[in-house]
Amino acid sequence: MAGKPKLYYFDGRGKMESIRWLLAAAGVEFEEESLETREQYEKLLQGGSLMFQQVPMVEIDGMKMVQTRAILSYVAAKYNLYGKDLKERALIDMYVGGTDDLMGFILMFPFLSAEDKEKQRAVVVQKAISRYFPAYEKVLKDHGQDFLVGNNFSWADVHLLEAILMVEEKKSDVLSGFPQLQAFKARISSIPTIKKFLEPGSQRKPVPDDKYVETVRRVLHMYYDIKAN
Amino acid sequence: MSGKPRLTYLNGRGRMEPVRWLLAAHSRLVFSTDGVLMFQQVPLVEIDGMKMVQTRAILSYIAGKYNLYGKDLKERALIDMYVEGITDLMEMILMFPFSPPEAKEKNLDSINDRAINRYFPVFEKVLKQHGQDFLVGNKFSWADVQLIEAILAVEEKIPAVLSGFPQLQAFKIRMSNMPTIKKFLQPGSRRKPPPDERYIETVLKIFKK
Repeated sequence: MAGKPKLYYFDGRGKMESIRWLLAAAGVEFEEESLETREQYEKLLQGGSLMFQQVPMVEIDGMKMVQTRAILSYVAAKYNLYGKDLKERALIDMYVGGTDDLMGFILMFPFLSAEDKEKQRAVVVQKAISRYFPAYEKVLKDHGQDFLVGNNFSWADVHLLEAILMVEEKKSDVLSGFPQLQAFKARISSIPTIKKFLEPGSQRKPVPDDKYVETVRRVLHMYYDIKAN
Repeated sequence: MSGKPRLTYLNGRGRMEPVRWLLAAHSRLVFSTDGVLMFQQVPLVEIDGMKMVQTRAILSYIAGKYNLYGKDLKERALIDMYVEGITDLMEMILMFPFSPPEAKEKNLDSINDRAINRYFPVFEKVLKQHGQDFLVGNKFSWADVQLIEAILAVEEKIPAVLSGFPQLQAFKIRMSNMPTIKKFLQPGSRRKPPPDERYIETVLKIFKK
């Protein structure tokens, strides 16, 4: 029997956070190895563990998986969070693509200058309320069900909740025009595995700070001069 | 039976090109052009009663539907990993026409560097290690289509890029000779040419970016 999945990343959100959310939502226990030093990273590289020389990397079921989307798809399918057929999977993939793009605007946030942070905050909020939130509000309103796809809890629900909470961290009342999403947020947050993940002491990572930025730069020798998109 | 998939996009490669490749690779499909855009974006593909957006979602659906996605979860995981890596390389090519003139040489160097130091070595090694014709599971899959597309796209910019990669050279020939791919590579197919000035102008005008 395979052991617990093991996550290789920095001690922070970044691209690994969606994977933590999904594993937690599925009730899967996982281990983590935090990259603190350049030497750790070089050791992983030299050991051939990082297919494209990048993290996230997750050891799962005998594989050293890389590429966030590949990892998430695998976990979703394995734990029945990927719909019941090809068409439901297509919807989940579409919805996750949208929330991924939205969270993408937040990903580089900690690396920006103070001035650019303010500009980017406005961009994130504008995209959320004019492009992304209306799309999901409509989906929920149109079918009136508890979950985004197939009347069943799926990866799409986990990803949307993650995105909502992240945008709320940038503007706390961002859901004020979206009653369906408010109800959705409350519903999904109270699912036992999610509720547990949202409690202190879970493996959820906090909002990235300067220490996180320093660590990433130190380990990867990258991301020194990031401009807002 | 539903009609042909209908593609809505600009008249050029962009993010729709991998979709054209994958649809073409499955021989029985022909497709027509001429919306509810869920996130106000294209590509849009009307297929099987759905108005699909998000390139990756569209490609995954086509791959799944036409048996180009491996035989089980683990093969799908490999295909996904390979496709995601290739997509990262293709993203650099996608953005290249829109970079300012003074950055173009540097960006071309980056594409070359990534291709020959990060991405191509991985697939060279995969092919060498299993000695099979296709990347995953000894069977033609989405990963093979994505890789041949990427090889040709990089070669358009850097003609000798495959010079250190004998396995990829052989792969390129093999894939190019598969009947559906061969047809797609001939003049008159739905394949789009490299982006030109007109395409760039159109994109900038439509997206005002």
